[in-house]
Parts: sequence; C-alpha cells; structure tokens
Amino acid sequence: MSKTTLFTLAAGVLAASCLVPVAQAQDSMYMPSMTYRTGPFAGGGTPFADGYADYFNMLNERDGGINGVKIVVDECETAYNTQKGVECYESTKGNGALAYSPLSTGITLALIPKAPVDEIPIFSMGYGLSAAAAGEQFPWTFVYPASYWNQLSSILKYIDSNGGIKDKKIGFIYLDAGYGKEPIPLLDQLSESMGFSVAKFPVGVKEMQNQGSQWLNVRKERPDWMIMWGWGAMNPTAIKEAAKIRFPLDRFIGNWWAGSHNDLKAVGAAGKGYLAANFSGIGQDYPAVQDILTHVVEKGMSKVASADDVGNVLYNRGMFNAVVLAEAIRVAQDKTGKSVITGADMRDGLEAINLTEERLTELGLPGFTGEVKGSCSDHEGGGSVFIQQWTGSDWEKVSDLIAPMTDVVRPMLEEAAEAYVSDKPDWKGQTCS
Amino acid sequence: MELIHSILVAPFIEMVAYPDFFLQVVWEGFVAGVLYSLIALGFVLIYKASGVFNFAQGIMVVFAALALVSLHAMGVPAWLAVLLSLGIMGLLAVGIERLVLRKLVNQHDAILLMATIGLTLVLKGVGQLVFGGEPKPMITEQLGLPTGSTDWEVFDGIVIFQHIDIAAAVIAVLMVMALGVFFSKTRIGRALRAVADDHQAALSVGISLHQIWAIVWFASGIVALVTGIMWGARSEVSFALEIIALKALAVLILGGFTSIPGAIVGGLMIGVGEKLFEVYWGALFGSGVEAWFAYVLALIFLLFRPQGLFGERIIERV
Amino acid sequence: MLYREAGQFKTSYAADQALMPITQDRVGLLVILVVTFVVIPVFATDFFIGSIMIPFLVFALAAIGLNILTGYAGQLSLGTGAFMGVGAYSCYKLATIFPDINIIVLILVSGVFSALVGVLFGLPSLRIKGLYLAITTLAAQFFLEWCFIRIAWLYNYNDSGAIEVPQRKLFDIAITGASATPTVRYLIIAGLVAVLTLVAANVLRGRIGRSWMMIRDMDIAAELMGIRPLYAKLSAFAFSSYYCGVAGALMVFMWLGSAEVEAFDINHSFLVLFMVIIGGMGSLVGCFMGAAFIWVLPIIIRAVPQMLGLDILAATTEHIANIIIGVLIIFFLIVEPHGLARLWQIGKEKLRTWPFPYAST
Repeated sequence: MSKTTLFTLAAGVLAASCLVPVAQAQDSMYMPSMTYRTGPFAGGGTPFADGYADYFNMLNERDGGINGVKIVVDECETAYNTQKGVECYESTKGNGALAYSPLSTGITLALIPKAPVDEIPIFSMGYGLSAAAAGEQFPWTFVYPASYWNQLSSILKYIDSNGGIKDKKIGFIYLDAGYGKEPIPLLDQLSESMGFSVAKFPVGVKEMQNQGSQWLNVRKERPDWMIMWGWGAMNPTAIKEAAKIRFPLDRFIGNWWAGSHNDLKAVGAAGKGYLAANFSGIGQDYPAVQDILTHVVEKGMSKVASADDVGNVLYNRGMFNAVVLAEAIRVAQDKTGKSVITGADMRDGLEAINLTEERLTELGLPGFTGEVKGSCSDHEGGGSVFIQQWTGSDWEKVSDLIAPMTDVVRPMLEEAAEAYVSDKPDWKGQTCS
Repeated sequence: MELIHSILVAPFIEMVAYPDFFLQVVWEGFVAGVLYSLIALGFVLIYKASGVFNFAQGIMVVFAALALVSLHAMGVPAWLAVLLSLGIMGLLAVGIERLVLRKLVNQHDAILLMATIGLTLVLKGVGQLVFGGEPKPMITEQLGLPTGSTDWEVFDGIVIFQHIDIAAAVIAVLMVMALGVFFSKTRIGRALRAVADDHQAALSVGISLHQIWAIVWFASGIVALVTGIMWGARSEVSFALEIIALKALAVLILGGFTSIPGAIVGGLMIGVGEKLFEVYWGALFGSGVEAWFAYVLALIFLLFRPQGLFGERIIERV
Repeated sequence: MLYREAGQFKTSYAADQALMPITQDRVGLLVILVVTFVVIPVFATDFFIGSIMIPFLVFALAAIGLNILTGYAGQLSLGTGAFMGVGAYSCYKLATIFPDINIIVLILVSGVFSALVGVLFGLPSLRIKGLYLAITTLAAQFFLEWCFIRIAWLYNYNDSGAIEVPQRKLFDIAITGASATPTVRYLIIAGLVAVLTLVAANVLRGRIGRSWMMIRDMDIAAELMGIRPLYAKLSAFAFSSYYCGVAGALMVFMWLGSAEVEAFDINHSFLVLFMVIIGGMGSLVGCFMGAAFIWVLPIIIRAVPQMLGLDILAATTEHIANIIIGVLIIFFLIVEPHGLARLWQIGKEKLRTWPFPYAST
C-alpha cells in the first residue's frame, strides 16, 4: 500500500469518526463507562469497571433492560489521566450519555463545570469534590453515598468508640495529591473539637512504593492510630512498612479506597488485622451478585479474569455504582412517564433517589449498604460506612454501620461549596425549599 | 534565630538523643540506596559498552519482574520461572540489538536516548497486553528469600533489620563482585572493556560489537530482574515501579555515567541522604521533600563537578 | 510542475529575505489560514474542535517551546511539563488577583513568569552539558511539581488543591469557563498560536536564533566567534519557557477548565518531547506535524475497531496505541532521524523537480 493510500485511509477514518454522529437506536439508553484498566492504578480500575459493566449487562439479560429499555455500556479508557478523561467525555457526550462516573478526582474536577452546560449529571460515588454534596450549589453533581469528609468523621467515631480519641495522637498518611489532601480541613477542625492531635505524613505520587521515610517518621512520632488516604500501589506498600516498624495493624485504618482485595493480595498474611472503611457489601452472597454470576459471568459475557473475582470489594463497589444509576433511571422513568430518558431527567432521578433497606432487598442486595436518600440539597444521601478487617486472606466486617457526624460536616461542606462558586459569577445553583 | 536553630541545631540534638532511631534511619537509607544502585548499575553497564543512555531500564525492571510472577502464576515452579524470565530478558536483549541498536550505530547521544524512550513505550504496551496491567504480589517465599526480621538492642532502643533487606544488600554485593570478576577475568569481559574504551580500536582487533552489545543488554536485564524482585518484595509488582527508576538518574549524575563504583557510592549517598533529610529536615519544608531531594542534590553537585564523582573528565576540542 | 519558483524574480533584498520567498508557499499558507479560521469553525463538529483541534494547537505551541530549546539551541530538556505548569499556575493567580484585566492579556503575561523560572533553571546549562543537563532539568520538573502541591497560595488554599478556571468574557462572549463554546476557545487559541508562531519564525532566523544554532552546533566554536554563551543559552531558556508557559495557561484555561498537579507531570514532558522528535528537531512545521501525529494517532487507533465493528476492549487498544507509537518513534529515528519535517522537505524537493527528477537543480 502506498503512503498516499495509507494517508487517505487515515484521513477518512478520522473524518468519519469525528464528523458523523453515532447512530443511536431509540430502544436503548447510553451509559458511558470511564475506565482505567491501564496505567499505575489499573489494579483498582479493572475490578471496578467489571462490576459496573456486569450489573448493567445482567439487567439487560435478566430483565431485558430497565423497564424494557436496554442499557448500552460503552467503555472509554482514561488511564486515570485528566486529558484523556476529558477527551472521553467530549467524544461520548453526544451519544445521549445519561451520567458520568469519572473515577478520578482530576477528571471529576474538570467535568463538574461542564455538567450544567451539557445537562449530564456527574455521579462521583464517594470521591471527587466533597463540597459537591451541597445540592444548592451543585445541582448536577452527586457524591452518594457519602463524601470524603463524612467518611472521615465516621472513621474518627469508630476510633472514639474503641478506646476514646481524646488526647490521642492520630497519624494521617495520605497520597500527596488533591485526593489525599481533601479531608485535611475537616481533620484539623475536628482535632480541636474532639481533642486529639494530628501528625501528617504525605506520600508523593512518585514515592508510592518507596515509603521508608514516612514510616520512620511514624516511628518517631508514635501516633496511637493511623488513618490512610491511599490508592493503588501506595496501599500495600504502606501496610508492609507499617508491619515492618511493628505498628499495630488493628490501629491502622484505611479509607474506602485503601481496603480492597487487590491492595491486600500483595501483603497477604502479613497484613492481618489491618482495618479499612467500606460502604459496599463484600462477597457473593447477595441475590443480585448471584444473578450476575448466572446471567453474565457464566455466559462468558464478563471481562473478569475468574469467577472468584466477582464479589471482591472493588467489584462490588463498581456494581453498586451501577445499582445507583439504574435506580435513578427507574425513578426518572416513573417521574417522567418516558421509557427513554435524557440527562436532565436522570439528574432529577438521582436527586429523588431513595435506597431504603426494603428497596435494597427488592434489588437483591439486603444489608449491602446503609440507606441512601437524596434530596434537592443533600447530594450525598447520608450514607454510612462500616469497618472491615483483613483476616490474612479475606475481609471481614467488624463493625455496624457508623453514621457520619452530619452536624459538624454539613456546615463545612456548605462553606466549601460557597467558596467554590464565589469566583464564578455565572455559576448556576438551585434553590431548595 | 529560631529557624537557624531548627535547621542547624535541633536535628543533630535529635540524632544524638535517639541514637537507635538514627541508626534505623541510616539503615533504611542504606537499603534504599542499595536498590537505587542496582537500577543505576543497569544503566552504567549499557552506557559504558554502547554509549546508549538506556531510558528503558525502569520498564525493564517492571517487565522482568512481571514475567517472573506471571510465569509462576501459570504454574511454573519458581526456579524455572527465574530461568525462563532470564531467557525472556536474553531474547529481549538480542532483539533490541538486532532491531534497534544495529540500525542506530554512530548516531548522536540524544537520538539513542530517544530510541530507548520509544522502547519504553513498546515494552509498556507489550507488558500490559501480555501480563495484564493489574499489580501482582512478588513471590518472595517461593523464591526462597527470607522474610521476618531481627532486632538489635542498642542504646536503650532497638534497630529492626528486615531479613529481606539484608538479603538485598548481600545479593547486590555479590552481583557487583561477580560483575567485577566477569569484567577483569573473562575473555568477554575484557572485550567489553575494550569496547567501552574505544569502539573502533576494539573492532580492529576483531571484537564483534553486535555480540558485545547483546551481552551487556542481557547483563542489565539480569540486573533488572534482581532489582524487580527486591522492589517487588517491598511493595508489589506494578507499572508504578517504573517511576522509581527515574531516581536512578540522579544517582548516575552523582556517580558518573561510566563508573560502577560510582553507581554504588552515588546510590548510597542518595539513599542515606534523602532519608536523613526527609526525617530530620523534611518537616521544615512541609514534608515530601524526597520527591526532589535527589535531583537537587545532583544538580548542586554537578555545578562543582560536571562529570560526576567518578566520571571521566570531559575534554572538549574545537 | 505547479510547485516551482521559476519565473519569480526578486528585485530587492527585502523580497529575497522574505519568510516565504516562493509564491506557492504563500498561497499554501493562505489556504491553511482560511481552513483554520473559516472552514473549521464553520463546518467541524464540537468534538473535532474541542477534542482534536484545541489540544493539537496547545501541544503544537508547547512543542515549539521545547523545540526552540532542544532543536535550535541544543539543550535537551525533560522539564516541559513543569514549565507549562508555571504558566498555568501564574495565570490562575493573575486571574484571581486582577479579575478585571482581559484574560488573553493575562495568559500572555503568565508566560513571562514561566520564562523567569526557565532562566533560573537554565543557569546550570552554563556549566553542564548534554545528557547531564537533561537530568538536571528533571530537578526542575520534580521541584516545581512539589511546589505546586506544597505552596497552597498558588491554588488559593482551596480544598481540592486544583486550579479551576473562572469564567471570563470578551465583548460579552464567554471565552473561558464551561459555557464558552469550543469554537470561541478554538479561535482564540488559533489566533494566539498563529501570532506566536510568526514571532518564533522571525526570532529564529534573526540574530538571536542564529546564535542559538551556533551554540547547538558547537558551543566552544561559537564562543570563539563572539557569541556569548551566557546570553545565548539563557535567552533560549527564556524564550522556550515563555512558549511552554503560554501553552500551559492555554491548556488549563481554554481546554481542560481545571487542572491538578498531575496534568503537568513527567509524562506530560515526555509527550511533548515525543512530538518534537517525531515532528523534527529544529523545525517549526515539524512541531505542528508532531503534535498532530502524537495527539491524533491514538484517537484514530481507538476509533478504528469501533468503525470496523470489532469488539476490542478499550484498554487493549490503549496498549496497542502505546506499542504503535513506540515502534514509530524507533522507526523514525532509524529511517529519518530528522522527523516528519524532513519528509515534508524531501517531498517539496521532489515536487520541484517533478516530472523531471533527474534534472539538476
């Protein structure tokens, strides 16, 4: 083939991919899935993406979609990179996307201002901007079931109920990026009101697998408890280092992104006793998960490496992301009476979501998570977390659901939301009666 | 005044007050330094023999370790997996020599560097395509590496030595010794040194450049595998490891591109230096200074000695 | 036949020294400008403008910046990402401190800060050369990245640690922020890039540019011939960083809308470096070609399986894209170390002699 034909071919493909909108059938709804199955964080991204896709496919196979409308899940690879994520968003938003779950703080921040313009809601489930929980300022962004700040308050409550937190020293080890720094304002505020002291240990993104100094500092500071806001390769390294300096692992709590099977696989038995927060149930003993196994995994439609991966922490969390979105679609369909909804309908559906224990049981997920009830002003739904412990080979739930300290967190969230919109004169919020 | 005190006095008081802790910091720095040296060693081997600044060394570390754990996951016994991954690195070395280096003979330094950057991308893609992108645990126990730790009670405190760290140090020393013997006592080793001294002179006495290049790439593949095992045992085997290799660049600057002792001394200086700086001075700067300490140290150092600690003196003529 | 300068006689030195002495080149440029400023804004889709043209132009500008330093002045730099970051962060600070000044002015001014930082980190180049210098630019990269995280003043102490673009208007049309349409943003970027490219082209063929090339080709010889390395090298760092800084500010303000530190990390530096290599060191046209190649190729590779109706995992195409780009870099270095720009030049040569390729020129 000559160079010219090659070039023409390339130009043709390019033109076709950019200028011709993808034909969209009216009997399906389009659900983009931003994945990161590549790059340094792939270990967390892969199970999450699997759970997300499998749940929608299960609905398609078992029920023929949601109220008879099939869901088309379209994956776009971001590699956790903001530029690629924005490109994914731009290239898929025209296909009738109902909602985006960007799965990275950076991409979430880039998409938040775009959501009201394009009228497609952002559902950053338990990550992204905490302040987005304030529905008045962020009508198009949802952080169900809880923001990072609520999560931190639940973790502190757990510490308080296990030997008291007053006059204790809490060590906070975190990924030195937007994600890891997010809870610090709340930590500082609560340390005054609850009477504990804080020592902070940042871990650079490039130093994730090289945490010797941080843990030497931990040994120097001798905190009573450690809390970790980690991700990817940082987690197993931190747990190994903690074991090395003989820090008691049952006093070391990771947040919900620092407590998956993938994180502990590399640590194994040495990580016995390590604690982590979580909001999504563990294991395959849920009717909905069983349905996924029968309708999707056994038919070979899933991308999971083995059926054993179904039910692990991040798989179930990805599934829960899909559960919330599917539920929002149902709510929106009920409200509008349409079977094929738009992004704006989806927003209303997300806002009116009400996942009670009863509803969760109907969905085949009894006791999977705390109740999530959204409203115009509350975009985090008051979800609770529980604490799980690593037994050396699996996770085990060791606490009941711990409700967040909404009374302390909420005013701070509102303040932060005000600060976010203060330099954006044309920002459109909503008024909630 | 207070600032001067906290920079010049307080850290030293602390060091003396808790000598056990100080020893622990030095030990940790030493171990990290050994691991940096190992990566730097891979660079030096290749640079010495072929003048290629091998940017792909970091990804080779990941690639070798991934091959090892993936083979083991397929049911291959650990010892055989090690041999097979060495085989893979050997094939890679021959392939790189045949397909890349041979065609780029006599090109400018920067072009060779960029070719290895291209190589990095290829290895990254192939590695993830073949072995999958998700992190994997290192098979420490199956390889017969020690786990556990020993306490040394000293100055009313303890210093904890991890057995795996001791093993890393011992293996690194053995490896450098083996390389030393290889370079000075074997025929190929002497040929290697001849090539490093002068390509054309070496060619004229009948040394095959192609063969030598394949051998050094293979040698640095072996170094990469060992490095991958040791770093993997400290955390896990994932593509994030590649980034750590960048720190070896700072080590190279300190040690000089062509000196094996330089790589080791540079690695230890940076390892110990950055741990001490982070632990005793880091808080003054808001912590996390490890991210740049090595490079800034190297930069300052270069201003006074542009060819590195053990590098060959650069003589320029018009 | 068509591309030939026969019959075009120069009657003054000015005409002989013009940037584009051949009429056909001028016509070609005019066509490109018309396509850029008229055809694309009118006919292309938002996706094409927003996700292909805008990033392409931003990267082309950054590549020009790096090419000035690496391709023309011969100083290899791995710190492009950080210099772009300096531009972006200073533009953000300027926009919050002076909310009334036009954002385009601020974007251009923010490059100055980047240039100052560039000069600072360029100082070692007076003593350190070649690969050693490349690694010292890594010090700039990592140190600046650390500053972007640690100095909370830079991002106005906000909780997320990211910079977010405020909405700004020009003649009552939103030009930054989410409600600014891709077309408006595209036109502004295209205008700035066109002007800055013209400036670069003239600087490069002027006295300063020629002194950079002398330094590149042999610095000691250049020094003996009266070029002061201090001025030449530092001015190269300043110019280069200015372009990178403006590109960084454009990237955040006109394309992404918000950015974390990761947007300026080492991988970003490499991406721009690839563009320069593939496009061609020491060529302005090459910067555009390289940027188009590196940015657009993965998009095409990703679109191909979809077009053919193949069900390939998004991640797999990503890996394949990595492999293809890697192979192409090596391929180019082997076949044509001077990049796409050199191929372009060869093509033009061929055109001139066509259809009599053996005629002497």
